[in-house]
Amino acid sequence: MIEFLAALTDPSLPFFRYAVLTGIFASIPFGVIGTYVVVRRISYIAGAISHCILGGVGAGLYLQNALGISWFGPLHGAIVVALLASLILAVVSMYAKQREDSVIGALWSVGMAAGLLFIAKTPGYSDPMSYLFGNILLITRTDFYLVLALDVLVIGIIGFFYNTFLAICFDEEYAQLRGIRTHWLYLLLLCLVALTIVLLVRIVGIVMVIALLTLPAAIAGNFARNILQMMVLSTVFCILFVILGLGTSYSLDLPSGPVIILFAAAAYLLALLGLKAVGRK
Amino acid sequence: MNEETAAITIRDLSFAYDDIQILCNVRLDIWRGDSICIVGPNGGGKTTLIKLILGLLSPDRGIIRIFGRSPEEERQRIGYVPQYAKYDPQFPISVLDVVMMGRLAGTLRNRYSPQDRDQAMAALGQTGLADLAARPFASISGGQRQRTLIARALASGGDILILDEPTANIDHESEVRFLDLLKGLNERMTILMVTHEVGFASSFFKRIACVNRQVVVHPTSRLTGQLIQEMYGGDLQMIRHDHRCSEEGHRHD
Repeated sequence: MIEFLAALTDPSLPFFRYAVLTGIFASIPFGVIGTYVVVRRISYIAGAISHCILGGVGAGLYLQNALGISWFGPLHGAIVVALLASLILAVVSMYAKQREDSVIGALWSVGMAAGLLFIAKTPGYSDPMSYLFGNILLITRTDFYLVLALDVLVIGIIGFFYNTFLAICFDEEYAQLRGIRTHWLYLLLLCLVALTIVLLVRIVGIVMVIALLTLPAAIAGNFARNILQMMVLSTVFCILFVILGLGTSYSLDLPSGPVIILFAAAAYLLALLGLKAVGRK
Repeated sequence: MNEETAAITIRDLSFAYDDIQILCNVRLDIWRGDSICIVGPNGGGKTTLIKLILGLLSPDRGIIRIFGRSPEEERQRIGYVPQYAKYDPQFPISVLDVVMMGRLAGTLRNRYSPQDRDQAMAALGQTGLADLAARPFASISGGQRQRTLIARALASGGDILILDEPTANIDHESEVRFLDLLKGLNERMTILMVTHEVGFASSFFKRIACVNRQVVVHPTSRLTGQLIQEMYGGDLQMIRHDHRCSEEGHRHD
């Protein structure tokens, strides 16, 4: 921990400060949106959106480097594809609920396949590993500001629609009867999930983002009495895992993403075992 | 029946899921102050009929009118109590917050006012749950959850109450109390209830609608074993709730 604090204050290691700060501020959307993903039981949908992102990243790299469209990069591609995937998934849940499973699976792998093909055809070398597994130590000042913007967006929209989102997560059919346009709001929720995933993929990567989205919220769900408490608690848990993970990975010279995820998973296991021992679940 | 007395009017209603015909040429009139119980075999179309009335499904053919208008326009006047089994038992929410959902009004923000809260508390009082308002929905018993959902329907303040198998998970004693509650509500609300306990039905409801692709309505006074056999198309035992067995043996009261 002393090494960790020294690294934080070392002026020659600005990237480490960005990593820690970004991790802390990214915990807000992880906690808030993760709570909805857990209570609405859409972690597979979040998984499909996240894996689709590689398609967008690949397309962005290809357009930029092979076709010379310099203003369109991997981040733009990722946002477009993630929003498109949310739209497809929302429409499927409306009109073909019984096929939802297959569509999730298809989007999941088609996104990956398209991304790898684009990357293969992009001149120069780009390593898909950094997108798949992320690297919080490569976080730039711009990434940090984007995460801050996401915080504002998520808190603003969720603050406004809190009761409405609660109703569609608890009982969508009843919300519809009370005159709520549940389909549009579900689409809005999926779009927020998509944007959260796009920006947070930088930190732990496409493959592991789901763990950081769901594990803190799943732990918090055991203790929270309402959704708001669950959001706050899971944000706190997420901050804890990020700091512990970064500190440990720095001291032991390990990749940060996997260490963060393993801390989260170990805490989840401990929480389950602990509750079992106390006889609460 | 004219517009003034009709609560729900259904004419020539047909509905199919893919190629399977669920309801065929249904005609049904429910008047204001009616209490009607919907029975029939599983897969006979009971829940489908309710979802059509609520406007959650659209008919392939025919019309449904609620107080003379379409279900989409008038469904906020319907209090709906779904089967409670479909809820996630781990969802972190208090009893009061569930009931508050009855006060949702289709605006985007849906901020609740103090009056909304009062209405929700009043509905909890009516169902005898006022003391449990702050408790987690997950921690109360099945019967109490059922009553919470009834309170939610009452909090919305409608003129029609539709219940889908509300007695499936409650014991006999709560069932008697539940019946008293319904009797009181029937003085100001029209009541429709899906059930598969026919004996329960005969003690309170004015009419009974048998749903099995078609809908046939009988007054409950004419409910006999033979009629039940016809509507279920097989052997069925009728359970008499007014029947008691004592330690000495057997008597009828």
